[in-house]
Amino acid sequence: MSVVAAPTPAVRPRSAVMDFAAQQPLGAVSFVIILAMTVAGVFAEWVAPYDPLHIDFAAILQPPSWEHWSGTDAFGRDIFSRLIYGARTALVISLTSSFLGSTIGAVLGIASAYFGGKIDDWIQRVMDILLAFPIIVLALVVVAALKTAVVFGIDINLVVAIAIPIVPRVCRVVRAAALTIRVMPYVDAARAAGYSDSRIIFRHMAPNVVAPYLIMFTAFMAQAILLEASLSFLGLGVTEPTPAWGLMLSGNAADFYREAPWMILFPGIAISLAVFAFNLFGDSLRDYLDPRFKV
Amino acid sequence: MLRYTIHRLLLMIPTLFGVAVLVFFMLRIVPGDVVEVKLRGDGGTVSQEVIDAERKRLGLDKPLIRQFGDYMYGLVTGDLGISMWTERPVTEEISLRLELSLQVAIMATIFAVLLAIPLGTTAALMRGTWVDYVVRVVTIGGLSIPSFWFGMLIMMALLYLWNWLPPITFTPIYVDPVANLTQLIWPAMAVGYRYCAVVARMIRSSLLEVLNEDYIRTARAKGVFEKLVISRHALRNALLPAITVIGIEFAFLIGGLVVTEQVFNLNGLGKLFVQSVSRSDFTLIQGMVMVLAVAYVFVNLVVDLLYAVFDPRIRYGT
Repeated sequence: MSVVAAPTPAVRPRSAVMDFAAQQPLGAVSFVIILAMTVAGVFAEWVAPYDPLHIDFAAILQPPSWEHWSGTDAFGRDIFSRLIYGARTALVISLTSSFLGSTIGAVLGIASAYFGGKIDDWIQRVMDILLAFPIIVLALVVVAALKTAVVFGIDINLVVAIAIPIVPRVCRVVRAAALTIRVMPYVDAARAAGYSDSRIIFRHMAPNVVAPYLIMFTAFMAQAILLEASLSFLGLGVTEPTPAWGLMLSGNAADFYREAPWMILFPGIAISLAVFAFNLFGDSLRDYLDPRFKV
Repeated sequence: MLRYTIHRLLLMIPTLFGVAVLVFFMLRIVPGDVVEVKLRGDGGTVSQEVIDAERKRLGLDKPLIRQFGDYMYGLVTGDLGISMWTERPVTEEISLRLELSLQVAIMATIFAVLLAIPLGTTAALMRGTWVDYVVRVVTIGGLSIPSFWFGMLIMMALLYLWNWLPPITFTPIYVDPVANLTQLIWPAMAVGYRYCAVVARMIRSSLLEVLNEDYIRTARAKGVFEKLVISRHALRNALLPAITVIGIEFAFLIGGLVVTEQVFNLNGLGKLFVQSVSRSDFTLIQGMVMVLAVAYVFVNLVVDLLYAVFDPRIRYGT
């Protein structure tokens, strides 16, 4: 990583954001990419030059030009606009699923460490079972089990399918971190004071595992984007006509390797860039928050 | 060591049992099964009697507990049941495709490890130089680029450079090794890139850690050639954590194949899995998940045992 600057005589205390940017320039760059994606996704209506669903048979398979920055697809839809709306789809699904998975995983991890004994054994055994599935296989089993249920334009079951494989992985890491906190005097003090278990877990222990939680959350944002793209590519995630990056690569896109390579190039670049940014941001966050922590 | 191995093998039983239970009941929480996909899938209207008759024929009308009992009995006797869609034995469906997927997985592993060792080692030895940064960018790319898209790029490159696409029909290696290898090397590269990136990063960081150890300083101080210090003293120890990653990622390679096989139109386990998911073919899904889970826990065990072989300090107690 970058060389850590010698402590400069502080004229005035820098804000945490500036401090992070100074220590982790690559992290700052990735944060800018994430921010740009988020802005594009949130304000897609204003950013996108065309309606992503508008079919224009007069303009099918057009190469990138000033009118269509990334060309058009087999239905004459503007690929750039679909990429912008696709950012919204990717972010909404990965944010909700990563948040859901990491939070459940963290709570289970802390509870596992706090209670110990039988409860710990059982939670860890269930996590072992979940870990015996490769990520995408587990997600596909959930997809097969739950079918689809669309609420507010998001397929809730897709979110659950992506969240479940995240749970055991976060649980493991958070449990390890919580085990060191479990033996701290302030936890004993809280117990001696007669606080309830849930109060100790949420008020006393949880704030102290925020660093590993945030790191895992960011890292799994990247995984979730990748997973959503893969599932959509397989035709088992986001469904047409919703613009999604993985979906743009599936179906008949492969028939146009020769005629319309831009149909394959741009969505792939979008996925890679998004995953890259979250991976790098997670890495930098780890170096910044806790250099000894390894995922 | 033998006792430890037996102990570990016994411990697998509850995990695998848990996997079987989980998959069985998860698939059946929400109504909807293969019969509906089969008979109503294309929007056709089929009377309820026909559906019920088909359910009865496939044994889906039996109480859940009975179905579960049959499934468990089958598992114990090594019978994975009959695919609800193709109506051929699940073991047959799987073994037909295992060869292809296994070969791609092994080729990807060889490709990844052969590339990762020099990449990770040079990056560690030239830490902070441009070489290190190039390796870093290449490996982060491997973690970020979806393997299926990388596969599409490879296909596109083959098409543009040589006007050639890999054939769709699979040729086994004992029939025609050249045709077989030229077909499978591309999907192996596509899934191997990520694998290589993960292993190279691991080797880099563990080598950097090892190079700070006292015994490296001792070796250097007593005048051992730098090359020998690296190859005999440092790399040998740095490869240990890499073995874990290689093992874990091998099991997960099958996961990467799920998507990549679609791109290359390979009729392997991954394609079969996706098909059975979209057809709600419960028996086939259950069977494949069991095969994958068994493979995963075995690879984990082999990794742990290899640890003891490579590192004499590790002795597994009884």
